[in-house]
Amino acid sequence: MEMVNITIDDRKIKVPDNYTVLEAAKYANIKIPTLCYLKGINEIGACRMCVVEIKGARSLQAACVYPVSEGLEIYTQTPAVRESRRVTLELILSNHEKKCLTCVRSRSCELQKLAEELHISDIRFEGETYELPVDNFSPSIVRDPNKCVLCRRCVSMCKDVQGVSVIDTTERGFNTIVSSAFHKTLNEVPCTMCGQCIAVCPVGALREKDDTDKVWQALANKDLHVIVQTAPAVRVALGEEFGLPIGTRVTSNMVASLRRLGFEKVFDTDTAADLTIMEEVNELIERIQTGGKLPLITSCSPGWIKFCEHYYPEFLDNLSTCKSPHQMFGALLKSYYAEKMGVDPAKIFVVSIMPCTAKKFEAQRPELSGTGYPDVDVVLTTRELARMIREAAIDFKNLPERNFDDPMGEATGAGVIFGATGGVMEAALRTAAELLTGKSIGSGDCIEYNEVRGLKGIKEATIELGGLTLKAAVAHGLGNARKLLERIKAGEAEYHFVEIMACPGGCVNGGGQPIQPSEVRSWIDLRSERARAIYEEDRSMHVRKSHENIAVKKMYEEYFEKPGSKKAHELLHTHYKARPNYPGDDCC
Amino acid sequence: MQVFRSHVLICGGTGCTASGSVVLHEEFEKQLTKNNLENEVKIVLTGCFGFCEKGPIVVVYPEGCMYTMVKSEDIKEIVEEHLVKGRIVQRLLVSGHAEEESKADITNLEFFKKQKRVVLGNCGVINPEEINEYIAYDGYKALGKVLTEMKPQAVIDLIKRSGLRGRGGGGFPTGLKWEFTARAQDDQKYVCCNADEGDPGAFMDRSILEGDPHSVIEAMTIAGYAVGASQGFIYVRAEYPIAVKRLNMAIDEAKRLGLLGKDIFGSGFDFDLEIRLGAGAFVCGEETALMTSIEGKRGEPRPRPPFPANKGLWQKPTLLNNVETYANIPQIILNGPEWFSSVGTEKSKGTKVFALGGKINNTGLVEIPMGTTLKEVVYEIGGGIPDGKKFKAAQMGGPSGGCIPAEHIDVKIDYDSLIQLGAMMGSGGMIIMDEETCMVDIAKFFLEFTVDESCGKCPPCRIGTKRMLEILNRITDGEGTLEDIDKLEILAKNIKASALCGLGQTAPNPVLSTLRYFKDEYLAHVNEKTCPAGVCKSITRYVIHEDACKSCGICARNCPVGCISGEKKKPYKIDQDKCIKCGVCMEKCPFKAIFKNA
Repeated sequence: MEMVNITIDDRKIKVPDNYTVLEAAKYANIKIPTLCYLKGINEIGACRMCVVEIKGARSLQAACVYPVSEGLEIYTQTPAVRESRRVTLELILSNHEKKCLTCVRSRSCELQKLAEELHISDIRFEGETYELPVDNFSPSIVRDPNKCVLCRRCVSMCKDVQGVSVIDTTERGFNTIVSSAFHKTLNEVPCTMCGQCIAVCPVGALREKDDTDKVWQALANKDLHVIVQTAPAVRVALGEEFGLPIGTRVTSNMVASLRRLGFEKVFDTDTAADLTIMEEVNELIERIQTGGKLPLITSCSPGWIKFCEHYYPEFLDNLSTCKSPHQMFGALLKSYYAEKMGVDPAKIFVVSIMPCTAKKFEAQRPELSGTGYPDVDVVLTTRELARMIREAAIDFKNLPERNFDDPMGEATGAGVIFGATGGVMEAALRTAAELLTGKSIGSGDCIEYNEVRGLKGIKEATIELGGLTLKAAVAHGLGNARKLLERIKAGEAEYHFVEIMACPGGCVNGGGQPIQPSEVRSWIDLRSERARAIYEEDRSMHVRKSHENIAVKKMYEEYFEKPGSKKAHELLHTHYKARPNYPGDDCC
Repeated sequence: MQVFRSHVLICGGTGCTASGSVVLHEEFEKQLTKNNLENEVKIVLTGCFGFCEKGPIVVVYPEGCMYTMVKSEDIKEIVEEHLVKGRIVQRLLVSGHAEEESKADITNLEFFKKQKRVVLGNCGVINPEEINEYIAYDGYKALGKVLTEMKPQAVIDLIKRSGLRGRGGGGFPTGLKWEFTARAQDDQKYVCCNADEGDPGAFMDRSILEGDPHSVIEAMTIAGYAVGASQGFIYVRAEYPIAVKRLNMAIDEAKRLGLLGKDIFGSGFDFDLEIRLGAGAFVCGEETALMTSIEGKRGEPRPRPPFPANKGLWQKPTLLNNVETYANIPQIILNGPEWFSSVGTEKSKGTKVFALGGKINNTGLVEIPMGTTLKEVVYEIGGGIPDGKKFKAAQMGGPSGGCIPAEHIDVKIDYDSLIQLGAMMGSGGMIIMDEETCMVDIAKFFLEFTVDESCGKCPPCRIGTKRMLEILNRITDGEGTLEDIDKLEILAKNIKASALCGLGQTAPNPVLSTLRYFKDEYLAHVNEKTCPAGVCKSITRYVIHEDACKSCGICARNCPVGCISGEKKKPYKIDQDKCIKCGVCMEKCPFKAIFKNA
């Protein structure tokens, strides 16, 4: 890489020649406002907030896409630049539904922040505004086009990163909106409900379907036995909602908050993750030994499952029949736990706190009610939990030390790492290695499978397991999943076991996690910061292998007998179906 | 080869086709057969003559006399009188040129005298559907010369020496563009032709494609050789069916003769061409949007740099020129760069085709040497303003351009003079406005167009032009304030500076230029709530002049809404609340007693 000399606001600096003006400015610690920009995801120069003067250029140029070159002279704060940014922002605001006080993104809205930073005290160019219907038909995602600023981050995320493409810009000029084909609602199109669009929306145009009211009502209902379970990725991100640094583990504060909110029991989904590993590894070994359908593909990520049902129905038989951990847990609570505690399962109300919006859709699947009751009653995202904690005026940062409840609160490091890409694979390998060889592989570094960790889009590993050379692959982000599946389909790659997570980076970066603005996530990788906390937690645990989880062992002894038993199938396994992509599809 | 004693040329351009020239063709065939002339007289369906106002056009050679506004029932007479007896049908000639037979020759017509037809040279001369006619007029000779005698760099140098600048609007030196693309290193390069002509009223490119499609194909092949590209795309709007049909035929014919495809002229050079149809979005005429559209995506501009010469179609080096630019290339190669640069002004060489429209007698297509004055175009070629009205301004460059007011009618038409006056060459739309045109209304018209055609990608264009239009609507409705004019200026300045693409950056031009030359009209709308030209209905008042009114009652009887009342011997009155400003009363008043905005 060559270095070039440039001048930015009269300061001479040397930067790599593949930098944009925005990156060079960042390097020089000069702030340029942005709105549509999201590094690596949406670099389209559309919003014109980052315009700068470039010496010799006819018009103002967008810093986010303008490449540096030797001798470039840049001015980021001339009167013309400031005036232009203000006028553009006033124009955007003139067609934005400014109900900031009641907006879910108030205080975390990038547009609001820009208006404050650019000192917009008056909007001079008011006129016609959007008056469009809000799409709140999906169980997971709400789209409000009246708040949309057409930055198109969601479009790039859905199309380029996830390879799903159910939203794009439609219509032209002032009538341009982001919508699905033929203005269908999100539940009418093959949306995977992954919620990555929400995670990148700078404003309140995209949000999760808020289910906190249902939980408040359940908590207030004295007849109900309200139980909450939390996924591993929640504890490493929830703190961000309360101003703590990215990657802070707040397990105790979270548990304490949940108790204060009034949940009867606070359980750790990790326990069910261990159960999942027991079932899934059993399934894997069985398929390998009996010549069953391979590769076995994980089924923990409901966004991935829906993706597979819409776009790759030919892989449905490859999917593990295991329910996702929180659904297993829900089924367990309404059967095993209910019996054990002597509670009427009809009175048990299960709330899952998940980093995920697709799990809201998943919980509604009719097939996920093996006990006769829905496994899970309500799924809340990490953000919704934060909202409840704030609403209840809980001082999140100053709470007494609290632990998950027994008997089902015990978890292992294997369950915790489910939260990061490669985690399910690693947990499975830890168990498979010992089950197949019948020997302990030990503890410490030797149980850490580094080849399946990290942020490479598709990771591959070959592991020797007692005479079997197990070939594994891990993909995170649906775009990568698509690439991997195409390779498998074309016969270019062969695996025994494949882990796929819908969200880039896995659950730590799920669509229900706290939203970080572009100016943070463009420069800090949320995925690795949060994953680091996950692996820290794993290392801090005494038990790090699923099959060593005492609670899980007990469940098999007392209830399921063994992995893959009839009872296990009734409660812990499910099935899938091909789904149509557009009305008129006759796939199913 | 069969030799004919006479040729009947019928215009097959879109304009004349629309006014019935296809039927004329059939009728001629019938009449010629009837008179046993089918082996003596040849009928040729040509491209556009440019004299669209008087279409359908029929020209008979060897006399070269032009019959205008020909109807099916005239054909019998033309055949029997002219072709059988040798007598010119005087009544069908352009009025004023019928007295002497010699004046029948089209080259004597005032409309053609000051024109110099280079790119339109074959239009109205050859049958565009017959490749041999193109070849007979030296077609593909330039390509032969280039491929067999010249190195790519020599071609580029020659184009650079000619001084040719892009005819699509920007006026960028063509040779330089070719050089940039030639210098870019990649395994694949592309050559594209922008035929997405979208300015309201402009049809230069359409006429070239309809009348001489091979000239563009030949030029693109030459360009491909010069820059090192083996694949070309012509992006043409689907609303140009005749052009598309003839282009397709031309490509097939050229391939059949080995003038396109593999190993052209045995030189080892391969070049293929494909047509891509645009759905008619104006923004797809912007080069990056055009390429995005060819790639199969929503036609939207992308930021530059990188420029197409380095990263164009599918991120490969791409040369993009407009139809008219290409149509100049074979001529420059054949006649030499010095020949080309001998025409025009210091910095604008050659000729330029304009679509002349609006309040002008000779609506049509004209090709003039650069440097011709606006006055010559309006009064000599254009035949002046209808009904002897006064020339007020000419809108140059369509919705991206600006107006040139009467005080600058002596301006020499070239790139730089127009820019100086706040207008631009654009692709060649020239709309003439007379004294009855309201300049605020004109600005509104063009802004309505850009608001409609904005792709919606960047806020300055998407929302800014909309807000400008809302302000203009307020002003023409008599609800504007002085602050509104300030806001217009602020918006215009900032949209120009910050919009993503050329369409957005130039969208405010019609407003800026009318504000520059006709601010008084804006002020009249705002301060006095009147439209001086009487165009803006909301603030136009029809008033009966009391002294002139003879109480005849004709106005009241003709008023469609019955808002005029009066009695004998007393002046009539118009109820302003009920009046719909249709103007019928003023038109009907035998005593000229009714005035607008009196």
